[in-house]
Amino acid sequence: MAKRIPWAVYALLFILLLLVPQGVSLHNLMLFEYGLAFAIAGLGFNLLLGYTGLLSFGHGAYFAAGAYTVAMISRYLPDWYALEIVIPAALFFSFIVALLFGFLCVRHTKVFFSILTMALSMVLFSLLFKLYALTGGSDGVRIPLPSLFGFSFEGMRRPEFLQGVYYYFLVIFFAAGFLVMKGIVNSPFGKALQSIRDNEVRAELIGVRVRRYRLYAFCISGLFTGLGGALWSFINGHVTPELSHWVFSGEVVYMVLLGGFGTFEGPIIGAILFTFLKLYAMSYTQYWMFVIGGTFIVLVMVLPNGLAGAAVSLWQKIKPARSR
Amino acid sequence: MLVLKNVRKNFWDLKAVDNISFEIKDGEIVSLIGSNGAGKTTLVNLISGYLKPDSGTIFFEDRDISQEAPYTRIHLGIGRSFQIINLFENLSVLDNVRTPLFSKYGFIRRWLLPAGRYEKITAEALAILENFHLTDMKDSFPKELSEGDRKILDIAVAFALKSKLLLLDEPTSGVATHDKFKVMDSIIAAIKKEGVSTMVIEHDMDIVSGYSDRVLVMHEGRLIADGRPEEVMENKEVKAFIFGITEEGHAAEN
Repeated sequence: MAKRIPWAVYALLFILLLLVPQGVSLHNLMLFEYGLAFAIAGLGFNLLLGYTGLLSFGHGAYFAAGAYTVAMISRYLPDWYALEIVIPAALFFSFIVALLFGFLCVRHTKVFFSILTMALSMVLFSLLFKLYALTGGSDGVRIPLPSLFGFSFEGMRRPEFLQGVYYYFLVIFFAAGFLVMKGIVNSPFGKALQSIRDNEVRAELIGVRVRRYRLYAFCISGLFTGLGGALWSFINGHVTPELSHWVFSGEVVYMVLLGGFGTFEGPIIGAILFTFLKLYAMSYTQYWMFVIGGTFIVLVMVLPNGLAGAAVSLWQKIKPARSR
Repeated sequence: MLVLKNVRKNFWDLKAVDNISFEIKDGEIVSLIGSNGAGKTTLVNLISGYLKPDSGTIFFEDRDISQEAPYTRIHLGIGRSFQIINLFENLSVLDNVRTPLFSKYGFIRRWLLPAGRYEKITAEALAILENFHLTDMKDSFPKELSEGDRKILDIAVAFALKSKLLLLDEPTSGVATHDKFKVMDSIIAAIKKEGVSTMVIEHDMDIVSGYSDRVLVMHEGRLIADGRPEEVMENKEVKAFIFGITEEGHAAEN
């Protein structure tokens, strides 16, 4: 794992984050917001991959669980459609889905785990797709602007909403998610997860109940991903079953690998970069998938530890005396 | 501390452990020797709970643990190390020792405060590292250590569980010859300081005779000798089966 970054740097970055809307166009700000929502999901995903050693190919399911909780409340419980209600509800339902799926998945590791997570997310995809009357099927569900503590945003255009209060709402959740996850990975619990990742036989021998701890990590991971999904839904304004499709889960994997799963900050960098890379590639060429695929191949061959991992290695080479 | 009574374990027709009984007392350092396939590791697996005996009883501090899970036995105070080094390669040396301490004291579910804030446990982990002469390397990763130090760290991890009985499977295997005694000195000094009972599987007879209070000898699943090192070395069966020395004092052909 990377050497520690001082808290002053994080504080400075947080201030810069608050200043972003002043300096970028609406288009780029929206892309950045997508990136932040994915970054929260990426933090969750990386608790499982980077810290517990489990590669999930089904994280779209928890992202969808969060996003669809928002959609279902807006559709069926409009009186309850307030940010302060839908976010906790999304956390709750993504946690429940993660608990159910995780209970089955953590009995396996490696490729069996990956395939099982993918299969279960496809089950959710099928349900979202087929239960047309409930979920709107392939049409998906439109996400109207919510209220916040009694203040309604009705009549406001979505770009205004996203540029204003919602951006800061998102940044607060991102910062809170960052701090909580930072706490988790450095805590005794986080060390237990890392011991499982490194050597599950020995972890069991030092008294860590491996399967149970994997399930804890899975649920927390699902919770963060669900939060990302819920926050994302307001930016996108529309949710579809594709969120639970394995292709979308693959994008989450890509983001984390792009940033680097060996560092805490890697998934955040990866999520933001991926959002820009994908959208810009899509606007330049209809063969954007080649760009994504090509960069992925280069990434795996040249920078297997991702961009953040490469930056850490470079830093350690430049400053060998300080890092010892 | 540990009492085995008529313990048997068969793998199909093979009698891996055949009616073995012995006792390990508090603070005793006992070596277990025997040729390959004699059943030494099976015996250690039976004591640590990875295998259950077909018959017979294992008592630990007067409690029958024969059917207890490995997890329960760890919490009762039976720790073990493996022949192959088993470390947490991406955790620092300090965290390799601190994590078992968190587990031992029931802090392993705490998820918000950083590990470093648990000052008592960190101090205890540092004391263990000091005991094993690893303090200078506390911030390194295991892969940056020499093979001998990795072996010592491996035992320090088992030690950190505050085990009352340590089962060490070939603690010097893979260590360069000139480092073996340094490694054993380090391990035995730490063990004696804490008064931990220890059972060591070992092949190197210099180490066995140099560090053990007692030696158990296994051959084809049976216990063929149990006594002080110098007594055991003179035992005829031990000479024949373990050292391959015949009555006339020649090495057997096989």
